[in-house]
Amino acid sequence: MLDQQATARTAAPRDAAAAASTATPLLAVEDLHVQFDTSRGVVHAVDGISYTVNRGEVVAIVGESGCGKSVSSLAIMGLLAKPAGKVTKGRVLFEGRDLLKLSADDMRAIRGREIAMIFQEPMTSLNPVLSVGEQIKEPLFIHLKMTEQEAQARALELLQLVGITDGARRLEQFPHQLSGGMRQRVMIAIGLACNPKLIIADEPTTALDVTIQAQILELMKDLSRRLNIALIIITHNLGVVARYADRVNVMYAAHVIENGTADDIFLRPLHPYTIGLMRSVPRLDLPRGIKLETIEGLPPDLRSPPLGCRFAPRCPYRLDACIQADTMLRDIAPGHGTACIRADEIVAGTLVQALPPAKPVATAAAKEAAAEPILKVEGMRKYFTVPLSGSGVFSSKIATVKAVDDVSFTIAPGETLGLVGESGCGKTTVGRTVLKLEEPTDGTITYTGVDITHRNAKQMRELRRGIQVIFQDPYSSLNPRMTVGQIIGEPLRVYKLVKDKKEEEERVAGLLRQVGLFDYMAERYPHQLSGGQRQRVGIARALALEPRFIVCDEPVSALDVSIQGQIINLLEDLQERLNLSYLFIAHDLAVVRHISDRVAVMYLGRIAEVADRDDLYADPKHPYTKALLDAAPIPDPRVERARAPRALKGEIPSPLNPPSGCVFHTRCPIADEHCRREIPQVRQIGPRHIVACHKA
Amino acid sequence: MLRYTLQRLLMTIPTLIGVAVLVFFMLRVVPGDVVEVKLRGDGGTVSQEVIDSERKRLGLDKPLIYQFGDYMYGLATLNLGTSMWTERPVTEEISLRLELSLQVAIMATIFAVLLAIPLGTTAALMRGTWVDYVVRIVTIGGLSIPSFWFGMLIMMGLLYYWNWLPPITFTPIYVDPIANLTQLIWPAMAVGYRYCAVVARMIRSSLLEVLNEDYIRTARAKGVFEKIVISRHALRNALLPAITVIGIEFAFLIGGLVVTEQVFNLNGIGKLFVQSVSRSDFTLIQGMVMMLAVFYIFVNLVVDLLYAVFDPRIRYG
Repeated sequence: MLDQQATARTAAPRDAAAAASTATPLLAVEDLHVQFDTSRGVVHAVDGISYTVNRGEVVAIVGESGCGKSVSSLAIMGLLAKPAGKVTKGRVLFEGRDLLKLSADDMRAIRGREIAMIFQEPMTSLNPVLSVGEQIKEPLFIHLKMTEQEAQARALELLQLVGITDGARRLEQFPHQLSGGMRQRVMIAIGLACNPKLIIADEPTTALDVTIQAQILELMKDLSRRLNIALIIITHNLGVVARYADRVNVMYAAHVIENGTADDIFLRPLHPYTIGLMRSVPRLDLPRGIKLETIEGLPPDLRSPPLGCRFAPRCPYRLDACIQADTMLRDIAPGHGTACIRADEIVAGTLVQALPPAKPVATAAAKEAAAEPILKVEGMRKYFTVPLSGSGVFSSKIATVKAVDDVSFTIAPGETLGLVGESGCGKTTVGRTVLKLEEPTDGTITYTGVDITHRNAKQMRELRRGIQVIFQDPYSSLNPRMTVGQIIGEPLRVYKLVKDKKEEEERVAGLLRQVGLFDYMAERYPHQLSGGQRQRVGIARALALEPRFIVCDEPVSALDVSIQGQIINLLEDLQERLNLSYLFIAHDLAVVRHISDRVAVMYLGRIAEVADRDDLYADPKHPYTKALLDAAPIPDPRVERARAPRALKGEIPSPLNPPSGCVFHTRCPIADEHCRREIPQVRQIGPRHIVACHKA
Repeated sequence: MLRYTLQRLLMTIPTLIGVAVLVFFMLRVVPGDVVEVKLRGDGGTVSQEVIDSERKRLGLDKPLIYQFGDYMYGLATLNLGTSMWTERPVTEEISLRLELSLQVAIMATIFAVLLAIPLGTTAALMRGTWVDYVVRIVTIGGLSIPSFWFGMLIMMGLLYYWNWLPPITFTPIYVDPIANLTQLIWPAMAVGYRYCAVVARMIRSSLLEVLNEDYIRTARAKGVFEKIVISRHALRNALLPAITVIGIEFAFLIGGLVVTEQVFNLNGIGKLFVQSVSRSDFTLIQGMVMMLAVFYIFVNLVVDLLYAVFDPRIRYG
């Protein structure tokens, strides 16, 4: 039934693509090579990639960080960082003209006029000292020679097009006065300004929250269709691509290793990397497996890439032939190419085994029955005061941000509680307060039966051994001047757990092995390790004191997909072996579902819903939980195309001025007068399912 | 904005009181006073009675706390008193020299900023080329060559090539602008070199940083002309940190030019400062320190207000 629907929907774009391919493509990238001269050698960032984009088509380029996907698009735009980066070979044909042969000024005239680009970071991609209006009008003045009045009218029209209602006021504002989603809309408006034929969007939604991400993607797809603008979406997120792309190019280590329609790539992947990538992401639409499949190892160093297939060192199916010579991209089916010599075996289904059916895992209920909770939080509040701008000379007005407002939960020994929510919902503050890095404003925190709410730093010292933390950013949370051994050994010394230097070294080596690193890495400094390795060091440091409870604050969100899976598996392994309890804070619903026994959803400082994992994902009661699940992209085009357009409108209100009554009522599709007036109490609606909604 | 300015002005009062207290007591801790310097300075022998009566006349015999009270009362009524040496009002002594020092400082600033912006910008844009290296050498020179020595070079050059030296007496600009400018342009250049070097280096490094920002890439992606990318998008952001440096250096020029003033034989604030200290002229020193404190605070305020003008993030909180 679902399949039939899906095929009906997919038929249309494929026909369109087929029709368009007979004409000359809008953009043809042919054998593009880009290299960067760095102090440590020449990096071959893009090494002979080719792809085409037809008019009005949405083409995705997918790959992990460093695979060359952004660099190739900057090369198309002529925006490579000079003088380090240069195109050494290849052609970029845009409507038959080779962009690489154009003079600097001819290329400038094309940028913003024919080809526009939207960047990843809406926070830093707009000029902070120029008003929104000035920035939107700039290309209109330059390319279309508009007068001030014409430009003003066009700017208002553009803002309306991207869904900003009070345009006249917004044009006067400066970027810092807008939210992230709003800024990205402004970026899109700038991109659309001169009616370009092609828009290149480089990770357009990576920095945005999931509900905002859905809005922005929907907007871009809609605009591209209505205005017949071709779109190149560059992303690492497979889910984003499934719903919106007509065709997909998968990049790995500076090569395109597979290309095809979205259905080809997602339903019939033909390269072991694509297959591995797809399997290493936890998915909301499939039953939760016990373990994530991972791609072991790291991408190759692009200063001296391996001779043969670049994925061979990590490939479970490699042959000797793979290592000896590189495999070229070749078509297996019309429009579906792969760079794997064993593609025929993959097609035949003899090489890659289908995923084993997921087995049910021990449920949370069994775990909780075991003992009293290791952590119990009751009615916790954390308020911050901030001075309000525009206050008087002597009396400064103070505003209160209720970062955490009346939050209660328990965590049983050996259990993982997932804490999800969008940015600014207070989830990190909950973690910091539980760690006593922040003083709670109100409420009690009980750890193994001991009330730690009002313990001072000195009294906490002994307990800290049992409560540890793993931070989000493995780049900034390790001291760059300390070796890995010193970082991991420090807590051992502080708590005098080791007698002498030799014992410390042995313990550090043991911890390194425990997290899947090697003894010799103790000598290294953090900058000599990859992101995934650094996060392992962070985990080893947390484990050094043999804690019973670890707060994991977005431990995988800064990592690449294939590395993410490795870390998640490691955390699960350790939990099983050491009987750890986790408070797992994240914004990615699929990751949380994979690792958690129970899940708590937060919105604007309050708990919206807490339930056992399977219960919550199968039968969400709170409209916000439903909206989150609905907005989370799923890497399967059949599922994605069958979904209704995203319902959740608007943005998260400012925590300085939260809505009255239920904090979610401003965005809730079913809110009524009652919700606007009264704050919903947390209610028990199932044996282990609580929700804070009047309507549930 | 007005409220912010007012708030800032009110906040300067405790700072100024602190400065006043510090300078008053620090002066009293140092042995010796103006009477001793005046009457016994050249090794002459003057009877104790004469000294005592002179001290009495100047009020230096009163208990410290009374002197302090008088001084604070004077400050509160904006009366800085009279110099203990020349017996002329402190304000008059200062204003005589301030005009000259201020003019040199302003001219040096104009000279420095006008030169530093193109210098720093070209160095940043042509980073790693010979132009960059030349600018780097020139600016390192500015930082390492003492301005009085550079001043002496200028004087020697003027003498050698044109057989001309600036006049010794000061002509105010409203009396004879040409004579005034030809006299002060040289010291302004002498101190402006260092000033320019500091600002140019600041602009170079902050421009390099700004050029790496995402919004510069956005501007280029819009097809903005490279010239406008630099002037409108990059420089406006890069000048922000330079404003702070310009302010600090400017405040330093008032009263910080002791030796350079000596070289050009200028009767400026720096010279007066040295004189009054060597004479232990308490009232004059106190007056000058207060004047400088007010000046520093004022310059800082102007810098902060300029920031608000250039940076909407500060303007709109």
